[in-house]
Amino acid sequence: MRLYCLGIVVEQTNTVQETISDTLVDIEREAFREIESVEAIEAMERLATKYIGRKGILTAFLRNITQLPVDERPSAGKNANLLKVRLEAAFNELKSRLESATEDSGSLIDITLPGRVPARGTLHPVTKISREIISIFSRIGFEIAEGPEVETDYYNFEALNIPKYHPARDMQDTFYVSENIVLRTHTSPTQPRIMEKVKPPVRIIAPGKVYRCDSDVTHTPMFHQVEGLMVDHNVSFGDLKGTLSTFINQLFDDDIALRFRPSFFPFTEPSAEVDIECVMCRGEGCRVCSRTGWLEVLGAGMVHPAVFENVGYDTDEYTGFAFGMGIERLAMLKYGIDDLRKFFENDMRFLRQF
Amino acid sequence: MKFTLSWLKEYTSVEYNPSEIAEKLTMAGLEVDSLENRFAYLDKVVVSRVEHTQQHPGADNLTCCRVNVGNLLADSKDDADADTILNIVCGAPNVREGLVVPCALVGAILPGDIEIKKSKLRGEVSEGMLCSAAELRLDSNSDRTAGIMELDSNLTIGTPLAEALNLYDYLFEVDLTPNRPDCLSVIGLAREIAAFSDPAQKLTLPFDNINFNASSNRGVSIHDFAKVEVFDPDLCPRYSAGMLINVKVCPSPFWLQDRLLSVGLTPINNIVDVTNFVMMETGQPLHAFDYDNIAKRRIEVKRAGGNIEFKTLDSKAHNLEPDMLMICDGERPVGIAGVMGGENSEILNSTTKVLVESAYFNPISIRRTAKRSGINTDASHRFERGVDPVATKDVLKRAVSLMAQVSGGTILNDLIDVYPVKHTPAQIVVNTDSLNLRLGTVLSYDEIQKHIESVGFKVERIDTNLMKVTVPSFRVDVTRAEDISEEVARLWGYNNIQTSFPKVPAKANAPSAKIILREQIRDIMNGFGFSEAVNYSFTSASACDNLLLEPSDVRRSVEDIVNPISEELAVLRTSLLPGLLENMRRNNAQQVDSLRLFEVGKVFIATHKGEQPIEKEMLTGIWTGLRNDISWDAKPVYCDFFDIKGVVQGVCSSLGVEQILFEKAELSICPYYQKGQGAMVKANSKLIGSVGKINSHILKNFGLKQDAFVCEIDMETLLSLTSAPCAMGKTTPLPKFPSLARDMTLILDTDIEAGAILSYIVALKTNLPIIEDVFIFDLYEGKPLSEGKKSLSMRIVYRSWEKTLTEKMISTVHADISKRIMEKYGADLP
Repeated sequence: MRLYCLGIVVEQTNTVQETISDTLVDIEREAFREIESVEAIEAMERLATKYIGRKGILTAFLRNITQLPVDERPSAGKNANLLKVRLEAAFNELKSRLESATEDSGSLIDITLPGRVPARGTLHPVTKISREIISIFSRIGFEIAEGPEVETDYYNFEALNIPKYHPARDMQDTFYVSENIVLRTHTSPTQPRIMEKVKPPVRIIAPGKVYRCDSDVTHTPMFHQVEGLMVDHNVSFGDLKGTLSTFINQLFDDDIALRFRPSFFPFTEPSAEVDIECVMCRGEGCRVCSRTGWLEVLGAGMVHPAVFENVGYDTDEYTGFAFGMGIERLAMLKYGIDDLRKFFENDMRFLRQF
Repeated sequence: MKFTLSWLKEYTSVEYNPSEIAEKLTMAGLEVDSLENRFAYLDKVVVSRVEHTQQHPGADNLTCCRVNVGNLLADSKDDADADTILNIVCGAPNVREGLVVPCALVGAILPGDIEIKKSKLRGEVSEGMLCSAAELRLDSNSDRTAGIMELDSNLTIGTPLAEALNLYDYLFEVDLTPNRPDCLSVIGLAREIAAFSDPAQKLTLPFDNINFNASSNRGVSIHDFAKVEVFDPDLCPRYSAGMLINVKVCPSPFWLQDRLLSVGLTPINNIVDVTNFVMMETGQPLHAFDYDNIAKRRIEVKRAGGNIEFKTLDSKAHNLEPDMLMICDGERPVGIAGVMGGENSEILNSTTKVLVESAYFNPISIRRTAKRSGINTDASHRFERGVDPVATKDVLKRAVSLMAQVSGGTILNDLIDVYPVKHTPAQIVVNTDSLNLRLGTVLSYDEIQKHIESVGFKVERIDTNLMKVTVPSFRVDVTRAEDISEEVARLWGYNNIQTSFPKVPAKANAPSAKIILREQIRDIMNGFGFSEAVNYSFTSASACDNLLLEPSDVRRSVEDIVNPISEELAVLRTSLLPGLLENMRRNNAQQVDSLRLFEVGKVFIATHKGEQPIEKEMLTGIWTGLRNDISWDAKPVYCDFFDIKGVVQGVCSSLGVEQILFEKAELSICPYYQKGQGAMVKANSKLIGSVGKINSHILKNFGLKQDAFVCEIDMETLLSLTSAPCAMGKTTPLPKFPSLARDMTLILDTDIEAGAILSYIVALKTNLPIIEDVFIFDLYEGKPLSEGKKSLSMRIVYRSWEKTLTEKMISTVHADISKRIMEKYGADLP
């Protein structure tokens, strides 16, 4: 170490000025020569220590600068510091070059092997499409309401203008739990339940399970519906048409046409069946739409005044519309499901597709 | 309701073609379910000529014919001019050379599902069939001696028979809604069709020109023969009767049989056929009694009065209840009013005097009787929906006159008409402005009037926007102004109503916390690799037994379905577990061995009889098979208790429910878990659910062969532990000083629960707030530890909020903690 010490060098030269420069030039030349030959990080780090380490050559030069004549000290110091900056930069550059070289050589993997995918489950198609339906109606201001699945005869029928021994009871095959308790045959009982609690304006959407005593290829004893209800001043049949068109065009697409047909539900007047243009054949006629070009997907109408009377709404002041739709039916159309029974078999090969 | 175009045209001169009629009816609220060519079965029946006959070599009564069926290949370019000659064996006595007859070609399907095939009759090839009129349902005479149908010899050979005979008719089937009993009749449908084809048109009704044939009845009046008394006018507001004598009961003429057959009714005899025909025509059900079997010449209409057994004309015995309305003679019941007549008074071939009933019965009463007795007839179907209360007499006239025509009978003078409760026509005041507001239309007063008058309503002007509407008696469904709005809407056309949008104030109410939680849980479970299942809410009554539930278990309070679809779906579920175990079985059977399923749904706990059950929403998850998908760098590992426990912990912590406790499951609550591998989940000292491994007994009960791990969470309790979705939150500031971690390994008796040690340390936090966290990072049992011992390694993280902790500061604390645990739990250092 001392060999390289400035004092000794000084002693050996006559022209101090030149000597100093020469020494720094020598240090620089030697350092860069050595840097060029380095191939490993460890060697590079040793080299850095050798020159700019705490006890390195350049450090020692700077430390011993006081031994130089006073007038030479500033320039010697300045040059030495500049050299130090150059060396540091060179070492840094070398280091990152060596590091990435090391990384490249030691890290070859078969990137085509499968990644470790975190396990992911799927939503049931009924949930998936319900969320979509609810989301559309939420965007136009409807709130979600829910009601019991086991209902009283009153809410399931009477409050909805379906008295006992009315032939309309035949429209729905009912499961009975006792004489006056039924499994709700539709989500419509939510209507009187909500209207008994709140005053207009009412805008609700009520999804849920419903039950009918019917089981064959196209009927399951349990299925899902979404009920909608809007009550306010001056709500018209035209508003019903507008609301349902908006909904269908969001759920499917803007080109799907709707058709309203007169029908009968005891709790609406006028009542309508709503057909949509077949989403499979676009109205051309196919197996799905029984070659009619239309699909029956919704029942709807203006709330019957008897229903309002049952919940204490003033029929002169308020009008409203209600609608209901089968969720499985819409899911079948939207997701191309061909068999209703698949919804409740819970076969993973089916569920995985949603 | 079925009708044919030809029948319809008896009453209206509609111009539309059948598919236009179907479309118009559907769009007017009378949905046409099917429309078919009534003579489609004649598609492969052509006009043919017998060119040559020869006695069948093997049968005296058969003839081998060469039959020209015209050019069957007219469409093909080859043999364009050649007529086809078929060999046909015929058994008809009138077959002869030169005869022009209908020939059913191979492939034809004739009435009665008779398919014509190429065959050999006693060794002779036959390539078709020469047909009789009865075989083609073109005549009712099924007498074989009548032989094959002899056609006009000028008909072109090869012409389809339907075309040659101008047989053109279509069958419509309308799916009627229960509010339109008026359309359960061909006249009712004709009225609708006339309304939209030509509102000014008048229907041709069959009620005029009824002749009481005074000359042949020699002035004898019905009143000399019969008396009708209505004892229960509330159930029978009107009862009319007519009578014929000298009746000859026999099969109806062809036209009558054909009308009935065309709409799917079976001809019985001329009298009964007329009652059915007139019912189909007018919608008014009729009944014909054999007068000679009516005791004391009396008809009494009254409630049964007591429980009686009664045999209806289909020979079935029914137990009738006291309040059911009966038609009785002077001694006994002879019919269930409006439902079905009795065997004791039915029309037989020997009948010569016929009493015909045409009545209006209370719809509710008829429906109740039909429901309770389980008899549903065309008559009860109409009465319970409501027939025209004023039509009884007109219809009766039509019926007796037809009966006279087809039976040779004599109509007695006059009709009986007991009419204790007079019908008042409904009158409705309609405000046309309100009507337009309701519909979103701008129809003028005149337009509205035009529409409703076209279907029989009468309008009287009260004011510029007020009309008094008189409802025709057959429209029993129309009682209020809103009903009129529907009439206008459907006749104007729903699709002509302008689309508009409701004008209501903006609101942004969030869904309830319950709904938000449910959706969050679905997403969380998805994130944990669980797919969502939806099972029926019904299960089998044996589900509780299969789960080994104790007799006192609340889940034994099942609600039975009174009228279940099947044994498997006989009760409402009280647990989601059986459904998921069944799903597992099903999937395993489909070679899906590893699965994670969950269901969010209600269970139903019965309370008191006649009350709604408690509905409780549950989350249940099941995990079976591998912990992770098969991978190239890890050995397959099967899931275990800690996987499913982790799911519960994950769900709870995702929802901000911290500090949940797992306690050994009580077998009485969770008898389906394997002993020692089940836990009750508690938080804030509330029981929120359970988690565990399904025991082998249950696996066997559900037909399962591999381990299954299950968690059940009561959503309502869980909800009570979460904070409201929109509640204000408080975020803890981040620590300013570094933490220090220290490990501790203790040798413990194996039966000391790790949870106990952890909670002991957590409890120390109160006095030692520098304890930030503690977790177990190793557990070891086996050599060199002695039997019954385990080594538990924990890391405790210390941190102060005031300063940087030094090694020195915590080593005393750490040593102290380990000393306290050693003392409390008899632990040793390694």
